[in-house]
Amino acid sequence: MSTSTQRTTDAVLDYDDVVAAYDPVMGLEVHVELHTNTKMFCGCPTAFGAEPNTQVCPVCLGLPGALPVVNAVAVESAIRIGLALNCEIASWCRFARKNYFYPDMPKNFQTSQYDEPIAFNGWLDVEVPAESGEGTEVFRVEIERAHMEEDTGKSTHVGGATGRIHGATHSLVDYNRAGIPLIEIVTKPILGAGERAPEVARAYVAGLRDLLKALDVSDVRMEQGSMRCDVNLSLMPKGADRFGTRSETKNVNSLRSVERAVRYEMCRHGAVLQGGGSIVQETRHWHEDTGVTTSGREKSDADDYRYFPEPDLVPVAPPREWVEQLRTTLPEPPAERRKRLQSDWGFSDLEMRDVVNAGLVELIQETVVAGASPAAARKWWSGEIARRANAEGQDVPTYAAVLGVTPRHVVELESLVTSGRLNDSMARQVWEGVLAGEGTPTEVSDARGLELVQDSGALEAAVDEVIAANPDIADKIRDGKVQAVGALIGQVMKTMKGQADASAVRELIIAKLT
Amino acid sequence: MTSSDLIRRTAAELADLLTAGEVSSRELTEAHLERVSAVDERIHAYLHVDAEGALAAAADVDRRRAAGESLPAAAGVPIAVKDVLTTKGLPTTCGSRILEGWIPPYDATVVRRLKEAGLPILGKTNMDEFAMGSSTEHSAYGPTRNPWDLERIPGGSGGGSAAAVGSFQAPWAIGTDTGGSIRQPAAVTGTVGTKPTYGGVSRYGLVALASSLDQAGPCTRTVLDAALLHEIIGGHDPMDSTSIADPLPPVVEAARRADVSGMRIGIVRELTGEGFQAGVQQRFDEAVAHLVDAGAEVVEVSCPSFTYALATYYLILPSEASSNLAKFDAMRYGMRVWPEGAPDASAEQVMAATRDAGFGDEVKRRIILGTYALSSGYYDAYYGSAQKVRRLIANEFAAAFTRADVLISPTAPTTAFRFGDKLDDPMAMYLNDIATIPANLAGLPGISVPSGLAPEDGLPTGFQVLAPAMADDRLYAVGAALEARLLAEWAAPLLDGAPDVTSLPMPAAATKEDAR
Repeated sequence: MSTSTQRTTDAVLDYDDVVAAYDPVMGLEVHVELHTNTKMFCGCPTAFGAEPNTQVCPVCLGLPGALPVVNAVAVESAIRIGLALNCEIASWCRFARKNYFYPDMPKNFQTSQYDEPIAFNGWLDVEVPAESGEGTEVFRVEIERAHMEEDTGKSTHVGGATGRIHGATHSLVDYNRAGIPLIEIVTKPILGAGERAPEVARAYVAGLRDLLKALDVSDVRMEQGSMRCDVNLSLMPKGADRFGTRSETKNVNSLRSVERAVRYEMCRHGAVLQGGGSIVQETRHWHEDTGVTTSGREKSDADDYRYFPEPDLVPVAPPREWVEQLRTTLPEPPAERRKRLQSDWGFSDLEMRDVVNAGLVELIQETVVAGASPAAARKWWSGEIARRANAEGQDVPTYAAVLGVTPRHVVELESLVTSGRLNDSMARQVWEGVLAGEGTPTEVSDARGLELVQDSGALEAAVDEVIAANPDIADKIRDGKVQAVGALIGQVMKTMKGQADASAVRELIIAKLT
Repeated sequence: MTSSDLIRRTAAELADLLTAGEVSSRELTEAHLERVSAVDERIHAYLHVDAEGALAAAADVDRRRAAGESLPAAAGVPIAVKDVLTTKGLPTTCGSRILEGWIPPYDATVVRRLKEAGLPILGKTNMDEFAMGSSTEHSAYGPTRNPWDLERIPGGSGGGSAAAVGSFQAPWAIGTDTGGSIRQPAAVTGTVGTKPTYGGVSRYGLVALASSLDQAGPCTRTVLDAALLHEIIGGHDPMDSTSIADPLPPVVEAARRADVSGMRIGIVRELTGEGFQAGVQQRFDEAVAHLVDAGAEVVEVSCPSFTYALATYYLILPSEASSNLAKFDAMRYGMRVWPEGAPDASAEQVMAATRDAGFGDEVKRRIILGTYALSSGYYDAYYGSAQKVRRLIANEFAAAFTRADVLISPTAPTTAFRFGDKLDDPMAMYLNDIATIPANLAGLPGISVPSGLAPEDGLPTGFQVLAPAMADDRLYAVGAALEARLLAEWAAPLLDGAPDVTSLPMPAAATKEDAR
């Protein structure tokens, strides 16, 4: 039994020392809520954020006598996910009951799949930084299985300081979530990632997220819990062939946390093993704020869920023709699609990687479709708005949606630049106005009076004035020191209050002095 | 027509009287409610009587009939429902303390179909707790008494429905049969009971004992009534995944034709002879002779695996039950018991205290058995092996049905036993279902029809007919043919020979409830 002090002050080994002495073995279990209109086994709606216990019926409340009926759309989604993960699809499989008591589980068993998953034996290729340190390379994550199950209700523990059950005075349960269709995707043990294990884990979850989004089967919103990751991790001494004891870190709910949790657990395991101790097989909680895990309940292989085939449901036996038909509905794999888009857009590897990491691929694609150049789309979406979204802890698409900023705004902004109405620095000011909610780019530039001066008379007068005021510099330029022109351009722009096209100013000055 | 005449009529006759306008549903319903008031103190067939609801439903049928609406054939004939089916707005306890006071917010599909057919629901009938038992002695609310002898069991688990029908407190009733809970009570009360093909009647709203075995069906006094009720409640239900999509076989037509000429009836060697009471066996043999007389051909079949049916059943049933009954945890409905001396009890402690107080011994026994049988390390030996034997039993049935159109046996090995006789010996209690269990394991339909009274004790005996899945019509053909022959022999229905319940002395207070 671990003491409370050990729980909060686990020793950690330096990461470099860990990877020098040990090989990490990871197993990632990802739960994905499908965004079907109705629940897994009843007709209740699945909308997120509804008043607690308003989306319930006898079936998902597990009332005596109620019976489940499988949601055919969920089965279809499960098969499509399986196919996209290069899995075999079972020609016949059953649901099973996983029996354990918990107040947020209405029947005190979860209807899940056990030894007969709908999809099994697949893989997902993910891109990670190359071992050489230059560029990226593909790392193949083997998929053990993808199976269907129902979500549980959601417990809220009230009255305690931490929101956890310890110290709470009472608990509330919302059964709206009970019965939401889930797909659990389980990897085979991920070996050989070495020091890149945290990045591999992150890249896998990110890759899975992109794939599920492309399949349009889930909202895959980690912050809303529609995609949740459990990280199993163990270390074995370099060269060993037997896995070490694993810990299971639950509910790691952002990409960044996946990476950090793997790294932290590696360091914690490393410290225990280095000190001659042994790892306790247990569930651990990830703390986003402090970046550590703490011990949950001890878990052992003796945990007995008394699985048996669900007698209230008939087997799922998808006809081969249906499976093959579903195969034709699969979207282009995200990795291939990214390659194609990178080539279409003419982005460098580095540019594309940044765009992918920032989650901007879809937004840029929409913006290009709406009429912008790829370069402009990348420029505006990865600039100021990305900085702000990051500060808010949100991804750009979500943040843009909150602000009401759309691809059409980028298209409009770019056209204001290409038509010569705005220069770059003015366009940045206009974009700030758009982000501040002042309106469309045209409205902002009108309201702020931002427009390049098209009147050549005014510009010429300003140039003449500046040349007259700086005879020394003008002489230098006349003598052929063209680089001195910059000093004059700056003064002209100042006189023009920035509302001039700098290249036009340059040409005008040179024309007058040479 | 007096009310005592009315209550002795069959449901089919009552339907005709209603259609002819000779009686109103209100009169019929009142007559049965009066009978309940007069005799149920002695029988205890009902756990809950819904006079108000039944009379309102009756008035509605009468109003619609008066308005010239075309109504379902049996509209207005009242019915009783086993307390294991959910009824919106009416208590549903399953004979258990743990559900005391629970009012379901929804109707079982069977109940909905009864209502759609215009059948006023008189009330909910007594049963062994969660349908676990063969005597109703395991009801938390005290046992039901056999109308033939108040010191004897009415069978179980559906003793309440059988006794209600047998004591004329309802023309017909709904039962459920997991291992014989419709057929065995029918046999020992001199009534008719059918367990339809698994999937033939929706289980939606039937509080599950063992999901793969449970099936609701009719409890009646005649074979035709059983067929009529079967037709009302049967047929596909999208709310039950295990419900069969094919149309119901022509059960009513088969009951009316009562034709067994040329039919091959198979006597199952393992379900007769040794272990069967002499008078039960005698009445069975006589019944066979009647069927031969009616043109049937007798063959003998052997199904050796049936020897293991009881063991198989008592692994599969507790396994499923242990999981099905997990939901009774005090969190959302039903009883809640706070553990003593634990003001800050956790949810788990409340669950444990409630389940300890709310479940009776037989329920606990089966939950423990099932939990054990499903445990890792034991699963293959127990649950896994049981599933294999279950398959063997189904295979042997299939083989037997290549040689016979129906299979027959006595329904129960003995007539009704006395209260307490088998309460301390679970195995003896379980053996009562030896002949009925195989059909549940294979999902096949079966019927029990009265075959007379055992000479040695003057108590009813039952004759069981089993048929292939979705050949329920054959049950009715054989049952009705036998019934017609026996009625001709007896000159009056068997139940006419039962004692007048109102004249019997009040039994000694020996109900569980009183004993507490």
